[in-house]
Amino acid sequence: MLRVSNAPIAPAFDSVEAVSGALQRTGYLPSEEISTTVYLAAALGRPILVEGPAGVGKTALASAVAGALDRRLVRLQCYEGVDEARALYEWNHAKQLLRITAEQGAEWDELRSDIFGEEFLLARPLLTAVRSEAPVVLLVDEIDKADEEMEGLLLELLSEFQVTIPELGTLRARHRPLVLLTSNATRELSEALRRRCLFLHIDYPSAELEQRIVQSHVPELPDALAASVVRLVGALRDLELRKAPSVAETVDWAGTLLSLGTAELDPETVRRTLGVVLKHTGDIELAHRKLDLDRELAG
Amino acid sequence: MNSPAESSPLTGRFIGLGSAMRAHGIRVGPSEVTDAARVAATLGFEHRERLRSGIAAAMVRRAEDRGTFDQLFDIFFPAAVGTRTTTEGIDGATLLDELADALAAGDDAALERLAAASVELLGRVDPDRPDRGWSAARTLDALNPQRAVAAAHQQVRATQEGAGGEGNAAASGSGGMAPAAGSGDTSWATNPWDRPSVRPEQLSDRFDRDELRRRVDRFRDRVTAETRRRNAELHDRERLARLAVPSSLRRRDFISSGERQLAELEREIDPLARKLAARLTARERAGRGSIDIRRTLRASMSTGGVPVKPAYRHRAPHRPDLVLLADLSGSVGGFSTFTMLLMQALRQHFRRVRVFGFVSSTAEITDVVRELPAGTSLTSWALGTPALIRRGTSSSYGWALRTFVRGHLDAITARTTVLILGDARNNFGDPGVADLEQIRDRARHLAWLNPEPRLLWYQGDSEVRRYANIVPMHECRNLEQLRHFVADTLPT
Repeated sequence: MLRVSNAPIAPAFDSVEAVSGALQRTGYLPSEEISTTVYLAAALGRPILVEGPAGVGKTALASAVAGALDRRLVRLQCYEGVDEARALYEWNHAKQLLRITAEQGAEWDELRSDIFGEEFLLARPLLTAVRSEAPVVLLVDEIDKADEEMEGLLLELLSEFQVTIPELGTLRARHRPLVLLTSNATRELSEALRRRCLFLHIDYPSAELEQRIVQSHVPELPDALAASVVRLVGALRDLELRKAPSVAETVDWAGTLLSLGTAELDPETVRRTLGVVLKHTGDIELAHRKLDLDRELAG
Repeated sequence: MNSPAESSPLTGRFIGLGSAMRAHGIRVGPSEVTDAARVAATLGFEHRERLRSGIAAAMVRRAEDRGTFDQLFDIFFPAAVGTRTTTEGIDGATLLDELADALAAGDDAALERLAAASVELLGRVDPDRPDRGWSAARTLDALNPQRAVAAAHQQVRATQEGAGGEGNAAASGSGGMAPAAGSGDTSWATNPWDRPSVRPEQLSDRFDRDELRRRVDRFRDRVTAETRRRNAELHDRERLARLAVPSSLRRRDFISSGERQLAELEREIDPLARKLAARLTARERAGRGSIDIRRTLRASMSTGGVPVKPAYRHRAPHRPDLVLLADLSGSVGGFSTFTMLLMQALRQHFRRVRVFGFVSSTAEITDVVRELPAGTSLTSWALGTPALIRRGTSSSYGWALRTFVRGHLDAITARTTVLILGDARNNFGDPGVADLEQIRDRARHLAWLNPEPRLLWYQGDSEVRRYANIVPMHECRNLEQLRHFVADTLPT
């Protein structure tokens, strides 16, 4: 077991219930599974790898955890081609050049120790997380978008929580950050990375939880309508759609219905607003057919 | 009592769970087992579901393995010991009525209780010999829970009509509840039918029946879990873990995937098709192009004419085309559903996909694939389509390749990837090696996916030996192999 010797794991939460309560206070409604995994991650000092369909609140979880712990959220957004310079640190070349020009005629040795100081270092998210005085929550978002070299870099960081900068020496984290990695599974992640992490798959929430989420985001929506929206979205997810509606889209839909002043879901309203939840023409047609929207309600 | 390793019962339990997972092809090493034990020490054993999530977080690395893990967890950490049910006052007839009530109300606790009672009453493999254990199939056959759907549906309707008069007042009565307080009483949410409906028919009524069916499916799962729990007490745990738990979808043969797995399969194949498209596109961008002198000099202006930063010539991203050549004959009949799914998934991610099918002669079926619903089996259609069976209804790769080369070779250009799907069983005809070579020489990539187990490749009328000299041939019987093909072995 690799431990950061001078960075003890702070007992962040007392119990799973405490996690759940703290997350709820930030406005994030976690499932039991989510609370358990976050509790374990904090207690065991392990990163969490969060997978799941788009829009179920993977990134939101990270900000909620940061909020719950009252820590700063350091976010590294991955994309194709993200490299060390973007993720870890970079020297501020322009500033270094200025310094050299300003010190015309200075001795090289003196100058070298000068321009490779902290002042000229541009800290990127990973270094920021390591150097932070206060404990942070580090979010590595969409790790699957980054190249495999990036995984290697992360592996080193996640096990040691230290960064070696040749000119400055090794920087060691004062506090072990709580790390969350999210992935949409566009690329297979390496086994090594998976092993380092606790694995959390966030799926669409249960109808009950989703209704509470909708109500917390759109509190003015009548309960009955919220229940119908959640049930209808659940039914849509069971159709074989190209892109199943996410929680974010359920909330959007609820908001749309509220701003339209809808009192209840009827086929006409659904037909008019289905574009909010379904983004493919084929999916919309399928939903029309399956829900029989063209037939008027009897009654 | 179950395994020799259980000198320390709990440690043994974790080790047993780990090796059972390994037996199902899930990669679990000693570190995962240690993690699981550490998790259990942190969480304690009071909350079983919490423990389940925690151990899953430590041992399961992929979402699709979770189903297998859950079943194994039930075997190694059973919910209770003994019958845990009183079946007094319940017999076969009332069981069904109670099931209908519980389904209509969506009462999970009642459904759990009824599942246990059903197994107790109906599930004995042999009523005279209790040591023979319990059978889920027997329980479900005798009970036939599907019969309760109609009754439950009527109940739902009746509740709604009965409460219809009260209208909206009652519905909005509980409104304004703060979300934080929602955890107190949430029965209305799991039980939406208790809410009075405003009108005789609501839009949501249209999927009531589907929802009931899903509840029945979950009830079936509960019965299966209950029999597994009971059998775990009677039989050797390791043996049960090996035999009674189906492998996850990834390792299940495409041929044995039934209707129920089809949707799952489709969901899994779609991202693979996207990856395949991405891989074929990305390959071209690897490596830098040549230096663009004009742009380099232009950029050097800002640094006083010193070319500090060379500019590279951009290459236009390569857009791959795909040609699929699929065997639609009877011998790969079970495979053809998968073929269809793959073809339909690929169609969405490639700029140009042309699909050709053959039995004994080749014809383009791109439009057919586009129009048919997902996962339709093409075999019977193919065997009745003259363009595909010019040389009889048994497959002939030689003729199929020949007719493809004669009629459709212009479908292949230097940027085309060709995928052949089939078992290479040629019924002892001319294998048409020269035609295949011609395809290979013309295409950018050529690969062959074979649904037959590798063990059978070199037997009987299979022409694998000859074809494999020309085309890289990959065994592709389940999702894992398909994923491996897409991720690792795709020809460069």
